[in-house]
Amino acid sequence: MIGNFPFVVCMILIALGLWALLFRRNLIKLAIGITLIESGVNLFLVTLGYVRAGVAPIYTYAPPGAKMVLPTPQALTLTSIVIGLATTALMLAFAVVIYRHRGTLDARKIRELKG
Amino acid sequence: MTVVVRTVARIITPMILAFGGYVIMHGHLTPGGGFQGGAVVASAIALLLVVFGARRLAGYKNLLSLLEDLGAIAFVALAFLGIGYTFFRNVLAGSGGLFGMPVPSGPNPGFLDTGGTLPLMNWAVGLKVIAGLGSVVLLLGLFGGGDDR
Amino acid sequence: MTIGMHAPILAIAVPLLGAFALPVLAKVHRSLRDLWAIAVGAFTCAMVITVAVQAFTSGIQVYTLGAASPTDTIASGGFPIRIMLVVDGMSAFMGLISALVGLASLIYAFHFLKEEQGKTLAMTLFFLLWAGMLGMEYTGDMFNFFVFLEVTSIAACALVGYRTWESRPAEAAFKTMAMYTVGGLLVLLAIGILYGEHGALNLAYLSSRIAGSQLDKIALGLLLGGLLMKAGAVPAHMWAPDAYGEAPAQAAIVLVANTQASLYGLWRVLFTLFAGALSAPAVGWLVTSLGVLTLLVAVLMAVIQTDLGRLIAYGAVSQIGYMLLGVGVGLTVLSSRPDFGLVAMQGGIFHMMNDAATIGLLFLAAGVVKRAVGTRDLRALGGLGHDLKWTGGFFFLGAMALAGIPPLNGFASKLLIYESSFRLSPILTAIAVLGSILLLAVFARAFQGAFLGPRLREAKPASLSMLIAMGVLAAVILAMGLVPDFFVEHLVTPAAEALWRGRDLYLAAVLGG
Repeated sequence: MIGNFPFVVCMILIALGLWALLFRRNLIKLAIGITLIESGVNLFLVTLGYVRAGVAPIYTYAPPGAKMVLPTPQALTLTSIVIGLATTALMLAFAVVIYRHRGTLDARKIRELKG
Repeated sequence: MTVVVRTVARIITPMILAFGGYVIMHGHLTPGGGFQGGAVVASAIALLLVVFGARRLAGYKNLLSLLEDLGAIAFVALAFLGIGYTFFRNVLAGSGGLFGMPVPSGPNPGFLDTGGTLPLMNWAVGLKVIAGLGSVVLLLGLFGGGDDR
Repeated sequence: MTIGMHAPILAIAVPLLGAFALPVLAKVHRSLRDLWAIAVGAFTCAMVITVAVQAFTSGIQVYTLGAASPTDTIASGGFPIRIMLVVDGMSAFMGLISALVGLASLIYAFHFLKEEQGKTLAMTLFFLLWAGMLGMEYTGDMFNFFVFLEVTSIAACALVGYRTWESRPAEAAFKTMAMYTVGGLLVLLAIGILYGEHGALNLAYLSSRIAGSQLDKIALGLLLGGLLMKAGAVPAHMWAPDAYGEAPAQAAIVLVANTQASLYGLWRVLFTLFAGALSAPAVGWLVTSLGVLTLLVAVLMAVIQTDLGRLIAYGAVSQIGYMLLGVGVGLTVLSSRPDFGLVAMQGGIFHMMNDAATIGLLFLAAGVVKRAVGTRDLRALGGLGHDLKWTGGFFFLGAMALAGIPPLNGFASKLLIYESSFRLSPILTAIAVLGSILLLAVFARAFQGAFLGPRLREAKPASLSMLIAMGVLAAVILAMGLVPDFFVEHLVTPAAEALWRGRDLYLAAVLGG
């Protein structure tokens, strides 16, 4: 049961991010909510690679006969972090453009596209 | 920024660059690689941006854009090297040429000469990430001066 | 070791290289950039056609990246570990759609985009989006699919919002980026769950190991949610009118093809990945009912639109409903495999190609209207048919094809969908026909309001490259409408068969080799 604790933390992070995405009005806070969801998913990916009593998966450092933690989820997480970086940069850039045109970052006041 | 901050920034920046270069270069032996090292160097650019202001660095926009494209083209070109077998094939590993030393099995201190096309790709990706992240930080610091591409 | 063996990866890598090299060449000289764009576009189309011919005649083509030879799928451990591209009939069909739309967009953009308004940027983003779409369609690895999914998300949102001198595109791009990212993260969560449970990312290997346990069902739900969000089905369709309406015309048609590529991902997950575990028709009914709902809601929203671009965007969303309906009917009866299920899938898949051509033509015509008079507001337009004769004709053709009037291509695919969905439940057919009729009314009003009537103002006619691009799409519409049997037999049936019965062939091609 105690071994499931990291997964529960990941789900709490994702839930917090979804809550911020749904109930906050400031565009920057929406971007932060998405970043929280990304962090939760990345943490989930790293956690599922854990092998009990495993060492870091570095080929040249591991003592012979040792069990290594799964390295593939670490590669997946790296890729996901890079993608999240590009996504966040793009969202913040658009938030800057919206602010320069409209003078506000409140999502309820930027409602030009209706219907 | 005050004199203290500027002096410390001038001293610390080469150390950050050296550490970033180390992380990029040793990506095939220790944790790290292209993106991680590139992000470290980009944090040095962010430090310079905060300490010295965006106006002084604004002239580097075009250079960063060019380096970004060169890094990406180098990455795809390196992937095309193995097209005689398949795309992305590591033709330099174990062949004795550049970065071609075969990897000894078991624990060892890690030899820089191994890895084949991996260290070269690390450098290409590192260059792209340095230029890319640097441009993002620079442009956000100049408040969206990127309209004129 | 011919070039034909490397064609799948060249179709993805060459547009990628083209996108990276384009800004460097643009700095040297502008005409160099145009030459490079034409060369890359032509080479990519040639590669896609080569892949399609090989997939339709010789069977499933496998390409393993980084191995000693392209067909070297199984590694020394006994299961596939490298990233591989697997091209069967359905992938080749989707590749053809992407190539057609990309070619039309490239030709159109030559005269449509202006230098001072970011032409280099738009062309770079277009090539990135094209490479990402082809990567999504040809890949045989789940995480590679996610990476290309995110590449297309980022490129598509940048294409929606790159015109930063107005505020509306930026707002649309922000909303679209938020929805795309959440959809992509749901897909990543599902891929993580599948990897944690089965230890592999390769589609064929996962498909042979999935048995329908609780975690698999959670992963299926997450994948459905994420991919339906990206495809624009109700209730996650709110980004589509904003994104299609605010993107420039040459980007809007590639966005439509991008949405269809996400829909292709959904079919690949449902028919190939989870087919061994999906015995209950519940998922099929879910997809079918979401399709019918999307159809109806989108058409009803289109009735009240005053902006021509948003009207066509709602039309595009409703056509996604038709595709969901057609293939959903096939999914519902997958366990018993009656004949009408295959017909339904043929209808849905044929509709993908038809919709890309039809909606593409409408978006390109709307772009010409915007360029001609500077506005797309239907309340201010009128009498454009006097100056924009060819464009008006193309818009009329596209509207008739969209509404399903014979002998155009929309009629052929919609007839297949109506026939087969009637066998499942007559209510579906009734709602689908109602949607078609409403769509005809909406587009008739739009055509009459924009093009007919007395001339209100001067309009700049379309340039040559814009007319050629629209002509290519119109030729496809007419060809597929006049001889639908040829296309259904040679293009659509291999694609539908690949999903309907082809899972064993897919697994054998990757794991048996």
